[in-house]
Amino acid sequence: MTREEIVKITNQFLVEEIEIDENLLKEEASLKDDLGIDSLDFVDIVVIVEKNFGFKIKAEEMGGVTTLGAFYDYIEKKVNA
Amino acid sequence: MRRVVITGMGIYSCLGKNLQEVKESLYAGKSGIGIDPERTRYGYRSPLTGIVERPQLKGKLDRRLRMGLAEEGEFAYMATEEALRNAAIDMEYLENHEVGIFYGNDSSAKPVVEAHKTMEEKKDTMLLGSGAIFQSMNSTVTMNLSTIFKLRGVNMTISAACASGSHSIGLGFFFIRHGWQDVVVCGGAQEVNIYSMASFDALSAFSVRTDEPTKASRPFDANRDGLVPSGGAATLILEEYEHALRRGAPILAEVIGYGFSSNGGHISQPNNDGSYIAMSRALQDAGLEAKEIDYINAHATSTPLGDMYEAMAIHKLFGSQTPVSSTKSMTGHECWMAGASEIVYANLMMQNDFIAPNINFETPDEYSAQLNIIPQTREQKIDTYLSNSFGFGGTNSALVVRKIKE
Repeated sequence: MTREEIVKITNQFLVEEIEIDENLLKEEASLKDDLGIDSLDFVDIVVIVEKNFGFKIKAEEMGGVTTLGAFYDYIEKKVNA
Repeated sequence: MRRVVITGMGIYSCLGKNLQEVKESLYAGKSGIGIDPERTRYGYRSPLTGIVERPQLKGKLDRRLRMGLAEEGEFAYMATEEALRNAAIDMEYLENHEVGIFYGNDSSAKPVVEAHKTMEEKKDTMLLGSGAIFQSMNSTVTMNLSTIFKLRGVNMTISAACASGSHSIGLGFFFIRHGWQDVVVCGGAQEVNIYSMASFDALSAFSVRTDEPTKASRPFDANRDGLVPSGGAATLILEEYEHALRRGAPILAEVIGYGFSSNGGHISQPNNDGSYIAMSRALQDAGLEAKEIDYINAHATSTPLGDMYEAMAIHKLFGSQTPVSSTKSMTGHECWMAGASEIVYANLMMQNDFIAPNINFETPDEYSAQLNIIPQTREQKIDTYLSNSFGFGGTNSALVVRKIKE
Protein backbone atom coordinates (compact mmCIF):
# COMPACT_ATOMS: atom_id res chain seq x y z
CA MET A 1 0.00 0.00 0.00
CA THR A 2 1.39 3.41 -0.97
CA ARG A 3 1.80 6.24 1.50
CA GLU A 4 -0.75 8.28 -0.49
CA GLU A 5 -3.33 5.53 -0.03
CA ILE A 6 -2.56 5.32 3.68
CA VAL A 7 -2.86 9.09 4.10
CA LYS A 8 -6.17 9.10 2.21
CA ILE A 9 -7.72 6.28 4.25
CA THR A 10 -6.41 7.65 7.56
CA ASN A 11 -7.60 11.18 6.89
CA GLN A 12 -10.97 9.88 5.81
CA PHE A 13 -11.62 8.03 9.09
CA LEU A 14 -10.18 10.87 11.17
CA VAL A 15 -12.70 13.22 9.54
CA GLU A 16 -15.70 10.90 9.29
CA GLU A 17 -15.40 8.79 12.41
CA ILE A 18 -13.32 10.81 14.86
CA GLU A 19 -14.86 14.02 13.49
CA ILE A 20 -11.64 16.02 13.31
CA ASP A 21 -11.65 19.19 11.18
CA GLU A 22 -10.08 18.31 7.82
CA ASN A 23 -8.08 21.56 7.78
CA LEU A 24 -6.15 20.43 10.85
CA LEU A 25 -4.81 17.28 9.18
CA LYS A 26 -1.18 18.27 8.56
CA GLU A 27 1.90 16.04 8.85
CA GLU A 28 3.35 18.12 11.68
CA ALA A 29 0.07 18.28 13.67
CA SER A 30 0.35 16.90 17.21
CA LEU A 31 -2.15 14.08 17.71
CA LYS A 32 -2.92 15.24 21.23
CA ASP A 33 -2.55 19.02 21.19
CA ASP A 34 -3.56 19.95 17.64
CA LEU A 35 -6.00 17.19 16.75
CA GLY A 36 -7.37 16.77 20.30
CA ILE A 37 -7.12 12.98 20.25
CA ASP A 38 -7.51 11.77 23.84
CA SER A 39 -7.08 8.33 25.40
CA LEU A 40 -10.71 7.35 24.68
CA ASP A 41 -10.44 8.44 21.03
CA PHE A 42 -7.33 6.31 20.78
CA VAL A 43 -9.31 3.25 21.94
CA ASP A 44 -11.64 3.84 18.96
CA ILE A 45 -8.74 4.45 16.57
CA VAL A 46 -7.37 1.00 17.44
CA VAL A 47 -10.69 -0.51 16.31
CA ILE A 48 -10.86 1.59 13.14
CA VAL A 49 -7.25 0.84 12.13
CA GLU A 50 -7.87 -2.88 12.56
CA LYS A 51 -10.92 -2.62 10.33
CA ASN A 52 -9.19 -0.53 7.64
CA PHE A 53 -5.65 -1.87 7.65
CA GLY A 54 -6.02 -5.32 9.18
CA PHE A 55 -3.53 -5.00 12.06
CA LYS A 56 -3.82 -4.17 15.74
CA ILE A 57 -2.02 -1.13 17.09
CA LYS A 58 0.18 -2.00 20.05
CA ALA A 59 0.37 0.74 22.68
CA GLU A 60 4.05 -0.04 23.38
CA GLU A 61 4.93 0.69 19.73
CA MET A 62 3.24 4.08 19.83
CA GLY A 63 5.56 5.77 22.33
CA GLY A 64 7.32 7.97 19.80
CA VAL A 65 4.28 8.52 17.60
CA THR A 66 3.15 12.00 18.54
CA THR A 67 2.44 13.68 15.19
CA LEU A 68 0.11 12.78 12.35
CA GLY A 69 3.11 12.28 10.04
CA ALA A 70 4.63 9.80 12.48
CA PHE A 71 1.28 8.03 12.66
CA TYR A 72 1.20 7.64 8.85
CA ASP A 73 4.79 6.31 9.05
CA TYR A 74 3.80 3.80 11.73
CA ILE A 75 0.85 2.52 9.69
CA GLU A 76 2.97 2.36 6.52
CA LYS A 77 5.59 0.30 8.31
CA LYS A 78 3.04 -2.12 9.80
CA VAL A 79 1.02 -2.52 6.60
CA ASN A 80 4.04 -3.17 4.42
CA ALA A 81 5.94 -5.33 6.90
CA MET B 1 -42.31 21.68 54.24
CA ARG B 2 -40.82 22.80 50.91
CA ARG B 3 -43.15 22.49 47.93
CA VAL B 4 -42.02 20.72 44.77
CA VAL B 5 -43.17 21.78 41.32
CA ILE B 6 -42.63 20.60 37.77
CA THR B 7 -41.10 23.38 35.68
CA GLY B 8 -40.30 21.48 32.51
CA MET B 9 -41.03 18.26 30.70
CA GLY B 10 -39.95 16.48 27.56
CA ILE B 11 -41.02 13.32 25.79
CA TYR B 12 -39.78 11.06 23.01
CA SER B 13 -42.15 8.16 22.53
CA CYS B 14 -44.12 6.11 20.05
CA LEU B 15 -46.85 8.77 20.32
CA GLY B 16 -44.56 11.55 19.12
CA LYS B 17 -41.13 13.11 19.37
CA ASN B 18 -42.10 16.14 21.44
CA LEU B 19 -44.84 17.43 23.74
CA GLN B 20 -46.95 18.88 20.95
CA GLU B 21 -47.03 15.68 18.87
CA VAL B 22 -47.71 13.55 21.94
CA LYS B 23 -50.52 15.81 23.14
CA GLU B 24 -52.21 15.49 19.74
CA SER B 25 -51.85 11.69 19.74
CA LEU B 26 -53.24 11.41 23.28
CA TYR B 27 -56.22 13.57 22.41
CA ALA B 28 -56.87 11.64 19.19
CA GLY B 29 -56.53 8.27 20.94
CA LYS B 30 -53.88 7.30 18.42
CA SER B 31 -51.92 4.10 18.95
CA GLY B 32 -48.13 4.00 18.51
CA ILE B 33 -48.00 0.21 18.19
CA GLY B 34 -46.79 -1.65 15.12
CA ILE B 35 -44.91 -4.71 13.89
CA ASP B 36 -41.13 -5.09 13.94
CA PRO B 37 -40.37 -7.87 11.40
CA GLU B 38 -36.84 -8.13 12.75
CA ARG B 39 -38.26 -9.54 15.99
CA THR B 40 -39.83 -12.43 14.11
CA ARG B 41 -36.57 -13.18 12.30
CA TYR B 42 -34.69 -13.02 15.60
CA GLY B 43 -37.06 -15.59 17.14
CA TYR B 44 -39.59 -13.62 19.16
CA ARG B 45 -42.99 -15.09 19.81
CA SER B 46 -44.50 -11.60 19.28
CA PRO B 47 -43.26 -8.94 16.82
CA LEU B 48 -45.53 -6.25 18.31
CA THR B 49 -43.83 -3.17 19.74
CA GLY B 50 -44.13 0.58 20.11
CA ILE B 51 -42.49 2.08 17.02
CA VAL B 52 -39.86 4.59 18.11
CA GLU B 53 -37.47 6.04 15.56
CA ARG B 54 -33.87 6.48 16.63
CA PRO B 55 -32.95 10.17 16.85
CA GLN B 56 -30.12 11.56 14.71
CA LEU B 57 -27.70 13.22 17.12
CA LYS B 58 -24.77 13.81 14.77
CA GLY B 59 -24.55 17.57 14.45
CA LYS B 60 -26.38 18.10 17.75
CA LEU B 61 -23.81 16.57 20.06
CA ASP B 62 -20.04 16.16 19.83
CA ARG B 63 -18.73 12.73 19.01
CA ARG B 64 -17.28 12.22 22.49
CA LEU B 65 -20.66 13.00 24.06
CA ARG B 66 -22.42 10.61 21.66
CA MET B 67 -20.04 7.68 22.05
CA GLY B 68 -21.37 6.65 25.46
CA LEU B 69 -25.02 6.87 24.50
CA ALA B 70 -26.90 3.65 23.95
CA GLU B 71 -30.30 3.84 22.28
CA GLU B 72 -32.18 4.61 25.51
CA GLY B 73 -29.61 7.31 26.30
CA GLU B 74 -30.30 8.95 22.94
CA PHE B 75 -34.02 8.93 23.69
CA ALA B 76 -33.30 10.38 27.15
CA TYR B 77 -31.12 13.12 25.66
CA MET B 78 -33.95 14.18 23.34
CA ALA B 79 -36.51 14.24 26.16
CA THR B 80 -34.17 16.05 28.56
CA GLU B 81 -33.15 18.66 26.01
CA GLU B 82 -36.84 19.46 25.51
CA ALA B 83 -37.56 19.47 29.24
CA LEU B 84 -34.69 21.82 30.10
CA ARG B 85 -35.65 24.17 27.28
CA ASN B 86 -39.23 24.07 28.51
CA ALA B 87 -38.03 24.91 32.04
CA ALA B 88 -35.94 27.84 30.76
CA ILE B 89 -32.73 26.18 31.96
CA ASP B 90 -29.76 26.69 29.62
CA MET B 91 -26.13 25.59 29.74
CA GLU B 92 -25.10 28.79 31.46
CA TYR B 93 -27.57 28.08 34.26
CA LEU B 94 -26.35 24.50 34.56
CA GLU B 95 -22.73 25.60 34.75
CA ASN B 96 -23.52 27.98 37.61
CA HIS B 97 -26.06 26.07 39.70
CA GLU B 98 -26.23 22.65 41.29
CA VAL B 99 -28.74 20.44 39.50
CA GLY B 100 -29.21 16.74 40.28
CA ILE B 101 -30.50 13.74 38.36
CA PHE B 102 -32.51 10.63 39.22
CA TYR B 103 -33.43 8.68 36.09
CA GLY B 104 -35.12 5.31 35.73
CA ASN B 105 -33.45 2.67 33.59
CA ASP B 106 -33.17 -1.07 34.07
CA SER B 107 -31.31 -2.50 31.06
CA SER B 108 -28.98 -1.74 28.22
CA ALA B 109 -29.02 -4.96 26.25
CA LYS B 110 -27.77 -3.96 22.80
CA PRO B 111 -24.24 -2.80 23.68
CA VAL B 112 -23.78 -5.88 25.88
CA VAL B 113 -24.85 -8.24 23.08
CA GLU B 114 -22.77 -6.40 20.47
CA ALA B 115 -19.67 -6.45 22.68
CA HIS B 116 -20.19 -10.17 23.17
CA LYS B 117 -20.42 -10.72 19.41
CA THR B 118 -17.16 -8.80 18.87
CA MET B 119 -15.45 -10.85 21.58
CA GLU B 120 -16.61 -14.12 20.04
CA GLU B 121 -15.28 -13.03 16.66
CA LYS B 122 -12.09 -11.14 17.57
CA LYS B 123 -11.14 -12.61 20.97
CA ASP B 124 -9.68 -9.25 21.94
CA THR B 125 -11.09 -6.62 24.28
CA MET B 126 -8.94 -3.99 22.54
CA LEU B 127 -11.39 -4.15 19.63
CA LEU B 128 -14.51 -3.26 21.64
CA GLY B 129 -14.05 0.50 21.33
CA SER B 130 -14.43 3.20 23.94
CA GLY B 131 -18.22 3.49 24.04
CA ALA B 132 -19.06 -0.10 25.01
CA ILE B 133 -18.52 0.27 28.74
CA PHE B 134 -20.41 3.57 29.04
CA GLN B 135 -23.30 2.22 26.97
CA SER B 136 -23.52 -1.15 28.75
CA MET B 137 -23.93 -0.14 32.36
CA ASN B 138 -27.36 0.19 33.88
CA SER B 139 -26.50 3.76 34.86
CA THR B 140 -25.71 4.64 31.24
CA VAL B 141 -28.45 7.27 31.07
CA THR B 142 -27.48 9.20 34.19
CA MET B 143 -23.74 8.97 33.53
CA ASN B 144 -24.22 10.39 30.05
CA LEU B 145 -26.83 13.06 30.81
CA SER B 146 -24.82 14.32 33.78
CA THR B 147 -21.80 14.67 31.47
CA ILE B 148 -23.70 16.27 28.59
CA PHE B 149 -25.62 18.74 30.76
CA LYS B 150 -22.82 19.30 33.31
CA LEU B 151 -24.95 18.23 36.28
CA ARG B 152 -23.29 18.55 39.68
CA GLY B 153 -25.96 17.48 42.18
CA VAL B 154 -27.22 14.03 43.19
CA ASN B 155 -26.55 11.66 40.29
CA MET B 156 -27.89 8.12 40.09
CA THR B 157 -30.01 5.65 38.17
CA ILE B 158 -33.10 4.10 39.68
CA SER B 159 -33.57 0.48 38.65
CA ALA B 160 -36.95 -0.71 39.81
CA ALA B 161 -38.30 -2.60 36.81
CA CYS B 162 -41.45 -1.05 35.37
CA ALA B 163 -41.73 1.39 38.28
CA SER B 164 -38.24 2.88 37.69
CA GLY B 165 -39.44 6.13 36.15
CA SER B 166 -42.07 6.70 38.82
CA HIS B 167 -39.68 6.05 41.71
CA SER B 168 -37.16 8.45 40.13
CA ILE B 169 -39.75 11.22 40.37
CA GLY B 170 -40.70 10.17 43.91
CA LEU B 171 -37.07 10.33 45.01
CA GLY B 172 -36.47 13.65 43.28
CA PHE B 173 -39.59 14.93 45.07
CA PHE B 174 -38.27 13.74 48.46
CA PHE B 175 -34.79 15.19 47.88
CA ILE B 176 -36.20 18.62 47.07
CA ARG B 177 -38.88 18.55 49.76
CA HIS B 178 -36.29 17.75 52.42
CA GLY B 179 -34.00 20.54 51.29
CA TRP B 180 -31.18 18.47 49.80
CA GLN B 181 -31.59 19.77 46.25
CA ASP B 182 -33.37 22.69 44.56
CA VAL B 183 -33.60 21.25 41.04
CA VAL B 184 -33.54 17.60 39.96
CA VAL B 185 -33.85 16.14 36.46
CA CYS B 186 -36.12 13.08 36.76
CA GLY B 187 -37.33 10.63 34.18
CA GLY B 188 -37.24 7.20 32.65
CA ALA B 189 -35.77 5.62 29.52
CA GLN B 190 -36.48 2.39 27.71
CA GLU B 191 -34.65 0.75 24.81
CA VAL B 192 -36.67 -0.84 21.95
CA ASN B 193 -34.03 -2.78 19.99
CA ILE B 194 -34.51 -6.50 19.31
CA TYR B 195 -32.15 -7.54 22.11
CA SER B 196 -33.97 -5.55 24.78
CA MET B 197 -37.14 -7.59 25.09
CA ALA B 198 -36.27 -11.16 24.02
CA SER B 199 -36.08 -12.49 27.58
CA PHE B 200 -39.37 -10.77 28.47
CA ASP B 201 -40.94 -12.32 25.34
CA ALA B 202 -39.84 -15.66 26.77
CA LEU B 203 -42.52 -15.36 29.45
CA SER B 204 -45.29 -15.38 26.80
CA ALA B 205 -46.58 -12.17 28.37
CA PHE B 206 -46.76 -10.28 25.06
CA SER B 207 -49.86 -9.94 22.92
CA VAL B 208 -49.82 -11.86 19.64
CA ARG B 209 -52.72 -9.98 18.08
CA THR B 210 -50.56 -9.30 15.03
CA ASP B 211 -53.44 -8.88 12.59
CA GLU B 212 -54.51 -5.71 14.43
CA PRO B 213 -51.42 -4.13 16.02
CA THR B 214 -53.22 -0.98 17.18
CA LYS B 215 -55.79 -3.13 18.97
CA ALA B 216 -53.26 -5.39 20.66
CA SER B 217 -52.79 -3.34 23.81
CA ARG B 218 -56.18 -3.37 25.54
CA PRO B 219 -55.83 -2.81 29.28
CA PHE B 220 -58.87 -3.82 31.35
CA ASP B 221 -60.60 -5.35 28.31
CA ALA B 222 -61.88 -8.90 28.73
CA ASN B 223 -60.41 -9.92 25.35
CA ARG B 224 -56.82 -8.85 25.99
CA ASP B 225 -54.07 -11.37 25.39
CA GLY B 226 -51.02 -9.69 26.86
CA LEU B 227 -48.96 -6.51 26.82
CA VAL B 228 -47.07 -4.82 24.01
CA PRO B 229 -43.53 -3.67 24.87
CA SER B 230 -42.57 -0.13 23.94
CA GLY B 231 -40.01 2.53 24.77
CA GLY B 232 -38.51 5.98 24.44
CA ALA B 233 -37.83 8.44 27.23
CA ALA B 234 -39.56 11.05 29.35
CA THR B 235 -38.01 13.79 31.48
CA LEU B 236 -39.45 16.08 34.13
CA ILE B 237 -37.67 18.97 35.79
CA LEU B 238 -38.58 19.03 39.48
CA GLU B 239 -37.88 22.23 41.35
CA GLU B 240 -38.50 23.80 44.73
CA TYR B 241 -41.49 26.14 44.46
CA GLU B 242 -39.92 29.37 45.77
CA HIS B 243 -36.80 28.68 43.72
CA ALA B 244 -38.95 28.36 40.60
CA LEU B 245 -40.79 31.58 41.42
CA ARG B 246 -37.51 33.47 41.92
CA ARG B 247 -36.24 32.15 38.62
CA GLY B 248 -39.44 33.14 36.85
CA ALA B 249 -39.74 29.57 35.61
CA PRO B 250 -42.93 28.20 34.06
CA ILE B 251 -44.75 26.15 36.70
CA LEU B 252 -46.63 23.27 35.09
CA ALA B 253 -47.84 21.31 38.11
CA GLU B 254 -47.03 20.42 41.70
CA VAL B 255 -45.99 16.99 42.98
CA ILE B 256 -47.76 16.52 46.31
CA GLY B 257 -47.60 12.82 47.13
CA TYR B 258 -45.40 9.76 46.68
CA GLY B 259 -46.27 6.31 47.95
CA PHE B 260 -44.25 3.14 47.63
CA SER B 261 -44.45 -0.47 48.74
CA SER B 262 -43.20 -3.92 47.92
CA ASN B 263 -45.43 -6.97 47.62
CA GLY B 264 -43.04 -9.38 49.27
CA GLY B 265 -44.44 -12.14 47.11
CA HIS B 266 -44.13 -13.60 43.64
CA ILE B 267 -41.46 -12.26 41.28
CA SER B 268 -43.80 -11.58 38.35
CA GLN B 269 -47.35 -11.91 39.66
CA PRO B 270 -48.69 -8.75 41.31
CA ASN B 271 -51.22 -8.54 44.13
CA ASN B 272 -53.77 -5.97 45.18
CA ASP B 273 -52.39 -5.31 48.69
CA GLY B 274 -49.10 -3.79 47.55
CA SER B 275 -50.66 -1.46 45.02
CA TYR B 276 -53.35 -0.47 47.54
CA ILE B 277 -50.67 0.42 50.09
CA ALA B 278 -48.68 2.50 47.57
CA MET B 279 -51.78 4.44 46.48
CA SER B 280 -52.94 4.95 50.10
CA ARG B 281 -49.52 6.24 51.11
CA ALA B 282 -49.40 8.62 48.17
CA LEU B 283 -52.81 10.02 49.16
CA GLN B 284 -51.79 10.28 52.81
CA ASP B 285 -48.55 11.99 51.81
CA ALA B 286 -50.55 14.48 49.76
CA GLY B 287 -53.00 15.00 52.61
CA LEU B 288 -55.91 14.13 50.35
CA GLU B 289 -58.91 11.86 50.49
CA ALA B 290 -59.63 9.49 47.62
CA LYS B 291 -62.62 11.54 46.46
CA GLU B 292 -60.31 14.51 45.79
CA ILE B 293 -58.58 12.68 42.94
CA ASP B 294 -60.06 13.70 39.57
CA TYR B 295 -58.32 11.13 37.41
CA ILE B 296 -56.27 7.95 37.81
CA ASN B 297 -53.64 7.09 35.21
CA ALA B 298 -53.56 3.34 35.77
CA HIS B 299 -50.51 1.15 35.45
CA ALA B 300 -52.67 -1.48 33.66
CA THR B 301 -50.51 -3.14 31.03
CA SER B 302 -53.07 -5.40 29.32
CA THR B 303 -52.20 -8.59 31.19
CA PRO B 304 -55.14 -10.35 32.85
CA LEU B 305 -53.67 -10.75 36.34
CA GLY B 306 -52.03 -7.33 36.59
CA ASP B 307 -55.12 -5.49 35.36
CA MET B 308 -57.35 -7.51 37.67
CA TYR B 309 -55.35 -6.77 40.83
CA GLU B 310 -55.04 -3.09 40.00
CA ALA B 311 -58.78 -2.86 39.29
CA MET B 312 -59.47 -4.49 42.66
CA ALA B 313 -57.13 -2.09 44.47
CA ILE B 314 -58.50 1.01 42.71
CA HIS B 315 -62.07 -0.06 43.43
CA LYS B 316 -61.30 -0.71 47.08
CA LEU B 317 -59.72 2.73 47.54
CA PHE B 318 -61.64 4.94 45.12
CA GLY B 319 -64.91 3.15 44.43
CA SER B 320 -66.55 3.28 41.02
CA GLN B 321 -66.76 6.99 40.20
CA THR B 322 -63.22 8.26 39.66
CA PRO B 323 -62.29 8.34 35.96
CA VAL B 324 -59.56 5.84 35.09
CA SER B 325 -57.58 5.26 31.90
CA SER B 326 -54.44 3.39 30.95
CA THR B 327 -52.45 5.27 28.33
CA LYS B 328 -50.63 1.99 27.72
CA SER B 329 -53.60 1.18 25.48
CA MET B 330 -51.96 3.62 23.03
CA THR B 331 -48.27 3.45 23.95
CA GLY B 332 -47.88 -0.17 24.92
CA HIS B 333 -45.84 -0.82 28.03
CA GLU B 334 -42.95 1.64 28.17
CA CYS B 335 -41.44 -0.36 31.04
CA TRP B 336 -38.53 1.47 32.76
CA MET B 337 -39.77 4.73 31.24
CA ALA B 338 -43.50 4.30 31.88
CA GLY B 339 -43.69 5.84 35.35
CA ALA B 340 -42.17 9.07 34.04
CA SER B 341 -43.88 9.19 30.64
CA GLU B 342 -47.26 8.69 32.24
CA ILE B 343 -46.66 11.77 34.41
CA VAL B 344 -45.92 13.69 31.19
CA TYR B 345 -49.10 12.27 29.58
CA ALA B 346 -51.27 13.10 32.61
CA ASN B 347 -49.75 16.60 32.87
CA LEU B 348 -50.61 17.20 29.21
CA MET B 349 -54.19 16.14 29.96
CA MET B 350 -54.34 18.38 33.05
CA GLN B 351 -52.95 21.37 31.14
CA ASN B 352 -55.39 20.87 28.25
CA ASP B 353 -58.54 19.81 30.13
CA PHE B 354 -59.07 16.33 28.74
CA ILE B 355 -58.79 12.70 29.75
CA ALA B 356 -56.97 10.59 27.18
CA PRO B 357 -58.86 7.42 26.37
CA ASN B 358 -58.23 3.85 27.38
CA ILE B 359 -58.56 2.77 23.75
CA ASN B 360 -59.64 -0.79 22.93
CA PHE B 361 -61.71 -1.02 26.10
CA GLU B 362 -64.72 -2.69 24.55
CA THR B 363 -65.76 -5.50 26.88
CA PRO B 364 -65.32 -5.08 30.63
CA ASP B 365 -64.51 -8.09 32.76
CA GLU B 366 -65.99 -8.51 36.22
CA TYR B 367 -63.25 -6.37 37.81
CA SER B 368 -62.93 -3.57 35.27
CA ALA B 369 -66.74 -3.31 35.15
CA GLN B 370 -66.54 -1.87 38.66
CA LEU B 371 -64.39 1.07 37.54
CA ASN B 372 -65.19 4.25 35.61
CA ILE B 373 -62.87 3.50 32.69
CA ILE B 374 -62.85 6.20 29.99
CA PRO B 375 -62.91 4.51 26.56
CA GLN B 376 -63.05 7.73 24.49
CA THR B 377 -61.44 11.13 24.87
CA ARG B 378 -63.35 13.16 27.40
CA GLU B 379 -63.22 16.93 27.79
CA GLN B 380 -62.81 17.40 31.50
CA LYS B 381 -60.90 19.61 33.90
CA ILE B 382 -58.39 17.79 36.05
CA ASP B 383 -57.08 19.49 39.19
CA THR B 384 -55.46 16.49 40.83
CA TYR B 385 -54.49 13.07 39.53
CA LEU B 386 -52.83 9.91 40.73
CA SER B 387 -50.49 7.80 38.58
CA ASN B 388 -49.62 4.17 39.31
CA SER B 389 -46.54 2.15 38.36
CA PHE B 390 -45.80 -1.42 39.40
CA GLY B 391 -42.88 -3.68 38.51
CA PHE B 392 -41.37 -7.15 38.70
CA GLY B 393 -40.34 -8.15 42.18
CA GLY B 394 -43.46 -6.45 43.49
CA THR B 395 -42.15 -2.88 43.51
CA ASN B 396 -44.98 -0.34 43.58
CA SER B 397 -45.04 3.43 43.20
CA ALA B 398 -47.87 5.95 43.15
CA LEU B 399 -47.58 9.69 42.59
CA VAL B 400 -50.12 12.44 43.22
CA VAL B 401 -49.81 15.61 41.14
CA ARG B 402 -52.05 18.68 41.06
CA LYS B 403 -52.41 22.02 39.35
CA ILE B 404 -50.42 24.71 41.08
CA LYS B 405 -52.29 26.61 43.79
CA GLU B 406 -50.96 29.86 45.22
